[in-house]
Amino acid sequence: MNFTNRDVVSIKDFSKQDLEKVFSIAGGFAKNGYDRKLLKGKRVGLLFYEPSTRTRMSFDTAAQTIGADTIWFAGPEGTSVMKGETLKDTIETVANYVDAIILRHPFDGSARWAAEITTRRTRRGAPKVPIISGGDGKNEHPTQTMLDLYSMLITQGRIESLNVALIGDLKYGRTVHSLSYALSMYNARLSFVAPDMLQIPSHITSFLDRCGIKHSEHSRIEDVIADADIVYMTRIQKERFPDENEYNKVKGLYRISKSMLSAAKPTMRLMHPLPRVDEITLDADDDPRAYYFQQAGNGVPIRAALLALVMGACE
Amino acid sequence: MTGQIQDDSKKKLIVSPIENGTVVDHLPPGTAVKIAQMLGLMGDSIVIIGQNLKSTKFGRKDLIKVEGKFLGEPEFNKIALLAPNATVNIVRDSAITEKRHVAVPDFVERVALCANTNCITNKENVPTRFITASRSPLIMVCNYCGYETKGEELKLKG
Ligand SMILES: [Zn+2]
Repeated sequence: MNFTNRDVVSIKDFSKQDLEKVFSIAGGFAKNGYDRKLLKGKRVGLLFYEPSTRTRMSFDTAAQTIGADTIWFAGPEGTSVMKGETLKDTIETVANYVDAIILRHPFDGSARWAAEITTRRTRRGAPKVPIISGGDGKNEHPTQTMLDLYSMLITQGRIESLNVALIGDLKYGRTVHSLSYALSMYNARLSFVAPDMLQIPSHITSFLDRCGIKHSEHSRIEDVIADADIVYMTRIQKERFPDENEYNKVKGLYRISKSMLSAAKPTMRLMHPLPRVDEITLDADDDPRAYYFQQAGNGVPIRAALLALVMGACE
Repeated sequence: MTGQIQDDSKKKLIVSPIENGTVVDHLPPGTAVKIAQMLGLMGDSIVIIGQNLKSTKFGRKDLIKVEGKFLGEPEFNKIALLAPNATVNIVRDSAITEKRHVAVPDFVERVALCANTNCITNKENVPTRFITASRSPLIMVCNYCGYETKGEELKLKG
């Protein structure tokens, strides 16, 4: 599917071929360096209604590194949002200034709505301004999923048929949900490791069943670490538990340390969407299997590739 | 057959007939007023509402009669959201000229609310849109946030 003027709102809108295209352009940047004139004369607007500094810096770096100018705001303070301006009015206004918009917003579905607004503008003769979601509430964060898949590709040489263990808060974690959906296209073998009350929701497992994807549920990391190609760690939040005792009972069980990594394959890579709290101990950072910081770094080529594609600078 | 609606069990007319208009029958008890409001019938139309009438099929039922208005496909679709077993009779010159069963359409626009309170459609003035994932049980997927709203948690706008 043609990428020019396409919105990036949900990972479910992208086929395997679409993702391959993004990964190959990102891989080209990583290998041959960035063409700093690629988006020369173009401007990207970063609208961050939540601060989310890491995501904003990653997008900003990606845009500038291929030559686009960026304008941005972060957090609702000091903006018209404080005066009660709707998302629609802000998008309508900013779309006049920029060639693409990166949107991070606290409400679920806000990215789809923003995309609809800039599409409607085209009926008035305005050019389409593609929307790239940087996370919409608890719903989706599609570029995170893309950089996760890309990280698997470059560390394992393939995404197809990987053995992936997902650990932590699997019930509420949107990165885990999006990643599970995406991995269903790649015939992955998924192991879900979580305390009972935070296990993967049934709407995801029934989706995986319909796709013929093998999956299993576990309560201990030790049960899955030896066979995993990828261990994808997420944080368990205290707020999810009815009382502190319940939380204290499980928190130590879902923590990875350097000594635990010795049971894993040398080629296994440990991933995490960050920020980490204490679910991966500091001593694991220097293990060659620890990959979470490089993973975050992969956000730059992926986001640059997407920007170049949706702004028509790459075929 | 006439357009007169009768209490099924006694075949005795307890809600007066209409000459030209629409009869919406077999509504779950307690839904008639809500449905009439949803259809915007509470303005200047002549509307007769029957509540908790005896029904051989469903035990109790509600019904709505509207004089001088012929409801169509868009209204049938809305009715189906709250009353999946409803039937609609179009009456002309006191005779039923058309009998219809309602059905939830593939796409439901504007009338229903997303059950996800953090959805943009519940936070700002955004017209809702759902894709019907299942009719029985009713499950509608929000076009914006992806949340699956089930029939029992479905609320209508207004
Ligand atoms: Zn919604």
